[in-house]
Amino acid sequence: MTYFLELFFSGLTRGSIYALIALGYTMVYGSIGLINFAHGEIYMIGAFTALIAASVLSGWGLNPVLVLVLSALAAMIWAAAYGVTVERIAYRPLRQAPRLSPLISAIGMSMVLQNFVLLAQTPDFVPFPSLIPKFAFLAPYRDILGSSGLVILVTTAVAMLLLIFLIKGTKLGCAMRAVAQDKEMALLLGIDVDRVISATFAIGSVLAGLGGVLIASHIGQINFAIGFLAGIKAFTAAVLGGVGSVPGAVLGGLILGWTESFATGYVSSDYEDVFAFVLLVLILIFRPSGLLGRRVNRKV
Amino acid sequence: MSSGEPLLKVQDLGMDFGGLKAVRGLDLEVRAGEIVALIGPNGAGKTTFFNCLTGIYPPSAGEIVLNRPGQPPRRLNGLKPNRITECGLARTFQNIRLFPEMTVIENVMIGCHCRHRAGILGAILRPSAVRREERIIVEGSYRILAELGLAELADLAAKNLPYGLQRYLEIGRALATEPVILLLDEPAAGLNITETAALDACILRLREQRGLAIVLIEHDMRLVMRLSDRIYVMDHGELIASGAPAEIRANPAVIAAYLGEDDAA
Repeated sequence: MTYFLELFFSGLTRGSIYALIALGYTMVYGSIGLINFAHGEIYMIGAFTALIAASVLSGWGLNPVLVLVLSALAAMIWAAAYGVTVERIAYRPLRQAPRLSPLISAIGMSMVLQNFVLLAQTPDFVPFPSLIPKFAFLAPYRDILGSSGLVILVTTAVAMLLLIFLIKGTKLGCAMRAVAQDKEMALLLGIDVDRVISATFAIGSVLAGLGGVLIASHIGQINFAIGFLAGIKAFTAAVLGGVGSVPGAVLGGLILGWTESFATGYVSSDYEDVFAFVLLVLILIFRPSGLLGRRVNRKV
Repeated sequence: MSSGEPLLKVQDLGMDFGGLKAVRGLDLEVRAGEIVALIGPNGAGKTTFFNCLTGIYPPSAGEIVLNRPGQPPRRLNGLKPNRITECGLARTFQNIRLFPEMTVIENVMIGCHCRHRAGILGAILRPSAVRREERIIVEGSYRILAELGLAELADLAAKNLPYGLQRYLEIGRALATEPVILLLDEPAAGLNITETAALDACILRLREQRGLAIVLIEHDMRLVMRLSDRIYVMDHGELIASGAPAEIRANPAVIAAYLGEDDAA
């Protein structure tokens, strides 16, 4: 039973990170119909920004928790700046182009960012300082859920609630939904569609940056290539839940996390990725629009 | 109607799509508080004209100038649709284009956005000024719904409204942008006689209470004759006549091009 719970919580932790990144895919897809393949790189850049900020701040002798919070903020802001800039230079000029062009541009952007970090930083794995304190009250359950796991669960839950509030309850969220449904009409109602799309990228990137910090403190090391696999996994999660659907991204992330965790625990850790992608293939065959995705009957 | 410069002045407007001249040499004026109808057979270029006015198509030739009282004249051609909406033009569509997944009240609130600005940080941090602004938007939107008799349906998804009421909601959403000129593209399409009569009253009330100028594309001749102060007739992208309803009814060119084809009209 303990083993089952351990796998359950490790799947939940992993799944919430996937969900956090998948939200960025799904929101961008919902608003401009593009799979933003550079999104995983934003996550990686978030992790590196946090590492740099944490090194500087620790050097000043600040309290580790404060360092963690400040470097997470730095990572989120810097990730948002990257996300918005990528949209501005690589996608916006191609808004009217055939659908394949921005997709290729996205893959190109992903390579540029990876190699930029490779050159600017290092090709090796670098250790990420452990900033999350060990909670004493978790000690009896240490085998089931660690401190960093708990921090990840709580942080992602709060981030997702904030996102739901932003989408459902604010003017910006209202404009985002309008842009997703009918861009031309939104423009005719005086909405600055370009700004709303920038905001969508900013929000998705903030979530990815946050995911980067959390996973880096959880795993303890990062390198320039971590964005690739995380990006593909989160993309799988988004497709699983139904790309374009916000609750779908969360559900997809969790299912993917649990699949991987239980497959690793009960079968073999060698097959972790195999199970994840078998799940993707099965979903694409039997429910191409995803678990919560709407079946599209779009008027042309 | 009032003298002086017209509210909207369109001169020599042209719109080409490749070799096809959808609109040619169109001159048109709208004065404050006036109801102007634009009629003509299908394909005459009426909707294309609306698309030029609202910035969906940049016109290939001509001038569109808006002259709001107390403001300098504003040239509208070449502006993006959201800027034109901010200048005070709003429209509805022939095939209703609501945001189907959003509620009735949200559809109207979207229209209020261009009059209230709060950036992304404001939306997240929500200082009291932003909250106050959002409250003003909600209250204003309910007022518009009440005016159109939709207040009780505010929380219904727009796609679940009956067709006739969707028309009103589209008008309400256009009103939320606080226009000086309202462009209605076939507002009576698909409505029965009772509903059309109610629409009549609604359009007249909008002019009375809000002092709006209204430009109407419509095929229902009874509605056009009842409501319009002046009528412009288009055929094959060109104006073939303009004047008061009685003059238009008697104009032989109009009868030949348009009314003559359909005795019922």
